Amino acid sequence: MNKVLMKGNEAFGEGAVRAGCRFFFGYPITPQSEIPHYLARRLPQVGGVYLQAESELAAINMVYGAAAAGARVMTSSSSPGISLMQEGISYIACAELPCVIVNIMRGGPGLGNIAPAQGDYFQAVKGGGHGDYRLLVLAPASVQEVIDLMALAFDLADKYRNPVMVVGDGILGQMMEPVELGPLPEVSPPPKPWATTGMLGRKTRNIVNSLYIEPEEMEKVNLRLQEKYRQMAEREKRWEEYRVEDAGLVLVAFGMVARIAKAVVDRLRAADIPAGLIRPVTLYPFPDVPLVRAAERARAFLVVEMNAGQMVEDVRLAVCGRRPVYFYGRTGGMLTTVAEVLSQAEAIWEGLR
Amino acid sequence: MTVCLKPTAGLTGKPFHYCPGCTHGVIHRLVAEALVELGVLERTVGICPVGCAVFAYEYFNCDMIEAAHGRAPAVATGVKRVLPDRVVFTYQGDGDLAAIGTAEVVHAAARGEKITTVFVNNAVYGMTGGQMAPTTLVGQKTTTTPFGRQVAEAGYPLKVAEMIATIDGAAFVARVAVNSPKNILRAKQAILRAFKVQLAGRGFSLVEVLSTCPTNWGLSPPEALKWVEEKMIPVFPLGEFKVPEGEG
Repeated sequence: MNKVLMKGNEAFGEGAVRAGCRFFFGYPITPQSEIPHYLARRLPQVGGVYLQAESELAAINMVYGAAAAGARVMTSSSSPGISLMQEGISYIACAELPCVIVNIMRGGPGLGNIAPAQGDYFQAVKGGGHGDYRLLVLAPASVQEVIDLMALAFDLADKYRNPVMVVGDGILGQMMEPVELGPLPEVSPPPKPWATTGMLGRKTRNIVNSLYIEPEEMEKVNLRLQEKYRQMAEREKRWEEYRVEDAGLVLVAFGMVARIAKAVVDRLRAADIPAGLIRPVTLYPFPDVPLVRAAERARAFLVVEMNAGQMVEDVRLAVCGRRPVYFYGRTGGMLTTVAEVLSQAEAIWEGLR
Repeated sequence: MTVCLKPTAGLTGKPFHYCPGCTHGVIHRLVAEALVELGVLERTVGICPVGCAVFAYEYFNCDMIEAAHGRAPAVATGVKRVLPDRVVFTYQGDGDLAAIGTAEVVHAAARGEKITTVFVNNAVYGMTGGQMAPTTLVGQKTTTTPFGRQVAEAGYPLKVAEMIATIDGAAFVARVAVNSPKNILRAKQAILRAFKVQLAGRGFSLVEVLSTCPTNWGLSPPEALKWVEEKMIPVFPLGEFKVPEGEG
């Protein structure tokens, strides 16, 4: 297998191409700009289309049109840009169109800064736009995993006819790591008989819509969507466990922070503190299964995030009061360090003795 | 009895929901007839707006997409880039296109997107309750300009056809009205031409259609047609503002 040194943001682009994505519509924003840079070069090489929209609003609506026309399509942005896309994402969710949205999160709220953060967790997993809807949300923690999860993202989008968001941060986007790239895979997305492609002999018209003026109809649509989300929750929870089997203190972290937390676990183990790590790979559906299991043995949980405490709420829901759940986070684009998390973990463990 | 108008295959036949005297129905029919006459209905994808024409997807007999406020040209761009050999049109009102969606239509035109936009201008927000539109005439009373639109507060009506015609990527831009049989026939010709320009791959095409809103204007249907003639056309002159190079 061919190993290539690749930048995280470029991997989002290459991963999409390998997943059969041939259409990208986006608007520049730091720190994700290498994604459009890469795809502007790469997509024409594989017969695809790269188009720079006039705004994030336009970009997500171009995605909406391309998805309605049956294409594998993506956009990428960073926090404030994703906020602008929320209107379109809500429409796409209701119209049940498959697409992939990459959010390389930065410090916020507001214009914030361009430093790495995880402050968009709520926005990604709790809806984000108006109405009752959910995205499938994936959180890679390495450049290799970016490639792998982009393929999964497009498959899941088609499988559930639902937008999939892949979240990273400025560290993942900007760092370089070796990745294994085989030959360009043959991808055959499922047929899309619902797509608005022109009737071309089809007997009935295809309509892509999210307007249901009768409340009875709108409720039916909502119930169908909720049933879909229930099925996603049943089948698509993904996570990684590290030294959890006998852990007394379980750290929970996603994305790049999970790598910091992993180093903390090793340090704690070296000091004879039985620590482990659960890393959610899907943020929605949230992988409560390993947390419920770990709660049987573990004495406490420590959630580490680069925000003021967002995923910790889902951890608390999963643990459901059975064990104490502690939180440590930095915000505004400040990095969590191994030393900081280590001292938090040691203090918690000391308190439990 | 002579039948002079038969139902067009371009419409589904579902009764329109529009108010009495509203000319959306006429404009729907003109667009539908054009698609049938050009033999492209089977490969057409239409994009509906938000506003009075929000249910247009129930009327046009082809694949249709419902877009968010003003975003139809962006949605159409996505469709056309995926399926370049299809005919793609947007059908938008003045609130949709000239306010919240100004950026989308301007940039679709600037990119020379090979789509056709039918822009229905009735100088008012219809469905939302008769509020001022960007195209509301100076002095015109609406629910949000109860004393008449004042330039000092609310500025001037936006002349969309003239504005789009200045953009290089726009290949065909015309303004028509549907207030009289003669003008309706002219409108039909403009809409046909706009689609021909798209089929020839010349670039973006837009037909602005001056339309009525008896309900929100507080006029009877005949008075509304007269109002288009006497009040709207002087502000929004009819004609072709841009034609493809080499075509007269």
